Order: sequence, then C-alpha cells, then structure tokens
Amino acid sequence: MGNTIAEKIFAAHLRDTPTPENAVLDIDVVMCHEITTPIAINDLMSRGKDRVFDVKRIKAVIDHVTPSKDSKTAIQAKTLREWAQRHRIPDFFDIGENGVCHALFPEKGFIRPGNTVIMGDSHTCTHGAFGAFAAGVGTTDLEVGILKGVCSFRNPETLRVIINGKLGPGVYAKDVILAIIKKLTVNGATDKIIEFTGPVVTAMSMESRMTLCNMAIEAGATCGICMPDQVTAEYLWPFIKSEYLSINGATIDFKKWHSDPDANYAAELIMDITDLPPQATYGFKPDEVKDVTDMTGIKVDQVYIGSCTNGRIEDLREAAGILKGRRLADGVRGVMSPATPKVFMQAMEEGILKIFMDAGFCVTNPTCGACLGMSNGVLAPGEVCASTTNRNFNGRMGKGGMVHLMSPLSATAAAISGVITDPRQFLGQDRVGDKL
Amino acid sequence: MIPAMKRFGGPAIFLDRSDINTDEIIPAKYLTENSKEALRPYILEDLKLDGFDPRSPALANAGAIVTRANFGCGSSREHAVWVFEVNNINMVIAESFARIFRQNMFNCGMLAIELPKEQIERLFTMGGDVVITVDAGFSNFQARGKSGELTCSIILNPFDRQLVMAGGWLAYADQKY
Repeated sequence: MGNTIAEKIFAAHLRDTPTPENAVLDIDVVMCHEITTPIAINDLMSRGKDRVFDVKRIKAVIDHVTPSKDSKTAIQAKTLREWAQRHRIPDFFDIGENGVCHALFPEKGFIRPGNTVIMGDSHTCTHGAFGAFAAGVGTTDLEVGILKGVCSFRNPETLRVIINGKLGPGVYAKDVILAIIKKLTVNGATDKIIEFTGPVVTAMSMESRMTLCNMAIEAGATCGICMPDQVTAEYLWPFIKSEYLSINGATIDFKKWHSDPDANYAAELIMDITDLPPQATYGFKPDEVKDVTDMTGIKVDQVYIGSCTNGRIEDLREAAGILKGRRLADGVRGVMSPATPKVFMQAMEEGILKIFMDAGFCVTNPTCGACLGMSNGVLAPGEVCASTTNRNFNGRMGKGGMVHLMSPLSATAAAISGVITDPRQFLGQDRVGDKL
Repeated sequence: MIPAMKRFGGPAIFLDRSDINTDEIIPAKYLTENSKEALRPYILEDLKLDGFDPRSPALANAGAIVTRANFGCGSSREHAVWVFEVNNINMVIAESFARIFRQNMFNCGMLAIELPKEQIERLFTMGGDVVITVDAGFSNFQARGKSGELTCSIILNPFDRQLVMAGGWLAYADQKY
C-alpha cells in the first residue's frame, strides 16, 4: 500500500507516537501574528520559559490590526515586536513591510514542499498549496511550537478531491472551492486533509491554489494540499535556486512528496467544473452556497476586495479588468486591501490602484482587519457586504452585518451594479475611452 | 508545577444548534484582550438561539455545555476555550467538534466529549435542569434532572485523556520533549 502526501510528510517529521492514533511532529515553520501569539508569549514569560526553539524557523508578522487602532491592539503589536527583537527573530514583519500572513509568507518563500507548518490562525491551511502540511492551531499548540518545535496531530486521513474539466470565463478558484464546500458541508472534511488534484488544479497558478487551500478549513479540514509541481518550482525558484540546478530538477525532486497511485483515501469526490457558474454564499455558513445567477438583485452596501483568500495580484487584476472605466454604484462603498506590500506595489505599477481609486474605492494598506470585523471596513447592523473573504458567519464583519462570499470578479460586478449580479456580463466589454 | 484542579461537570447549558462557531462563542473584537480573565463577561455574546440569553444567571452557574454537531467551527482562537475555562465550564458534550476547538480543549486540560446523536438527543429531552457529574477516571458521566437520570460512557482518544490528566499540552510537552 502506498502513501498519501500527508502520510509521507508525517513520516518524515515524526518525533513521537504517544499512541498508535497520534503523531507528534517536528515543525519546520512556526508562524506568529499579533492576535494569538501575545498570550503565548506572556504565558511563557510568566513560566520563566521565554525561549524559542529555533529563531530561523519562526516567522512573525503584525497583520490583523495594523496600524494599531487602539491601545489594546497597540499593546498586542508591542508584545510581539519586543519578543521578536528580544529573540532576534530575523523574519519579523512590522508596519511598512507587513501584509496578510497567508499571502506574505508564501511570497517570501518560507513554505516549501514537504514542510510542516503551524500558526495560531485557522487559515494556515492555505500553505498546503505548496505541498506542505500546514495546520491552524490554538495558542497552546503555538506556545509549545515556539518552545519545543513540535505539535501533535491525529494520524492523517485524506479526502481526495479530483477536479476535472476547464474553468469557464469569469469562474475562478474561489467559485470552485465554494462549490466544493457546498458539497462537503462545513464539517464534511473534519479531521481530514483535502488533497486537491486533477487537471484544473494542475493548470492553476500558485495564487489560485492558495485560494483553493485557504478555504479547506471551511469544510472542517485540517489542511488543504496540492501536489508540488513545476508551477510550485517556478514560484519558489528565486528562493531555491541555490539548492537545485534547474526548475526542472526541483520539479523532479518535489515528486518524492507526491501521493502514491495506490495510496489509501478515506473518501473521494470527483467533480467536473466545466459548466460551473460563479458561486456565492447566501447564509451564515460557508456551505450555504448558490449560483450567483440565483442571487441577482440582492442590494449591497459595501464591497470588500482583499484578504488571504483573494487579495493577491491576480485577484486584483481580474477585478480591475472589469472595473476599468466604471464607477461604484450609488450608495455602495468600496474597500480594497492589497494583501501584501509587494501586491500593493505591483498594483500601483500596473495602474490597478488608479482603476480602483477612479472607481471610488478606498484602497487600504495590507491588513486582515475587515475580514474578521476588527478594523478597516466593519459593517453596521443591517448592512450587506459582497466580500472576497472566507467567512460569512453571523456578525463576522460586524455585528448584525451580512456577508456574501464570492470571487473578486463577482464582488466587483456587485460594486458596479449595486446589487449581486452575474459578473460574466461585464467580460469583454472594455469601457476604456467610454464617456461615463 | 501541579496545575490547579479543574471542576468537571455541574449544571448543564443546552445549546440546540449545530455548527456553533468560535465567532459566536467569543466575537473577534474581544481578541484584543491580553488576559484570559478579561474574556469572562463576553461568553457566547453573539450566539442567537431561541430561549438562550448569554446574560442569564443559569450560564453564570453552569459547569457543562451540551450541544449538537461541529461545535467550535471557524477561527482557531483558543479564546473560545478560555472563555469557558474562566467561566468554570471545563466540559463540552457534543455530537462532534471542529478539530482545532477540540484540540484546544484538551490542550487546556479540558474535556471535549463526543457522544452518538441518540445520546445527545436523550440529553436534550431531559430538559433544562440537568446536572452533570463526572467520575474520577473520566470513564463516564451522569446526567441527572427532574425527568430522570442518564449515564454515558466517555470515549476519549487515549492521547487526549493523557492531556487532561497532565493538565494540558504544555505541561505534557514540556516534560517529554
């Protein structure tokens, strides 16, 4: 019997098997942000154990509320900042160079195929896009990770999702993952790793694979994971070129992590997405998903484009493609947050920021803020937001607010129309030069 | 250091819905607190359920939560476990849990007990005045109410049991690794 990629990664990192069902793994990358780490830092200090297992394997960023919005968030930032300075953690990203963790850390080349990654953040599953085992954990797991470089997991069971077909125009990884969550439901993958395979995934960019893996947690999964291939090697090339002779050589080496053809899967979902239309959520759970065409006409007060799901450059390019020469509909507020400084800079150089600003959007600095209702775009009771984020829980973006999750293209279509609308009607209609 | 002995069990609070998420257990706006104790007043603040009032005295006296499937889904915030801990609720009984919440419970030396749907249903039909008592070895618990009594086996992953006995993951890991 062969092994899945997750089983191979577990075997390569096994520190202990306290019971036959449990594995304690050595962790390659322990990632920290200012919301869930400070209590771990304070607890370690109070126990006289203010140590870190390996400064090079710890990555830290202030991203959830930045710049700090009040005294409490300033204290959280200060706690993380002083800890990073005290331990001389080289990869610490503070204001001016900070961005949304799950967009920033991949950009820096911190996650490699076969790695084990933890963070006190549920969307850590994003990094599985690189063929890594990456899991969101709580503060105690994070604290032990910081101190000892280990974390415990139950032995991995894998749910394989084979995505066949070809994405239609105006349909993206976000639509695919929403359709998958709809099928799996919010706990259909609990305690499982979702392995995303098939020609659609193979054809996807790393950015799209990150979008796919990012929402694996919304089906309850421990991690989403993609096979590392040439696309992975090309993305990582600037960081790995000293380790390999060529991209091709790296691609071949990455194959050692691939699931074996005779690996054992707990379950399998095969889907053909050729006819999949744009998707959006309608309720307060991420599995409450409908075709956008079945939701047209729902009025929106705010449109939010950004986050670890959809704040990367290709997301902004797609949005700008139909926003160019158009304006926000009357009564709609637009907030756009490039997920990292690099994305911000690229968007500036490519004229994307101008397109958003000409359209009437507020462009904010990179931050998680609005997605979890902490800052930079919180909703008032009764307000509706078309959002490219990952959670539509009741109150998520502000008490009493309603969030409809969708792709950047669909959110932009809602921004232009003032109501949820099929974004495909805007494709191929270049408004440049039109008199509006 | 020997961890302070936790109280397991007590009057039960029934939360009759599946998929209760950690934003409902403790809203994100309170994640800026720098101590667990500061979370105490905000327990279940955003949970909208018929007949449930997060400010009720019953919740203040509770020692256990009984609920449906996929409890604690969503964000990884351990604050959702701490807010129970600081309210002296060290035990949640559910049909199933989200993985991170369940792990956080055991990591804090608290009990996340999964029961078959039929047993959860029986607990719910016992009504609102149920008191839970747990035996010393965590092998079973009794639910006693005006309408009767029910004994349920506690099936725990052996490692999770070790974590509860050790007083949590930090104590366990610090000694062993």
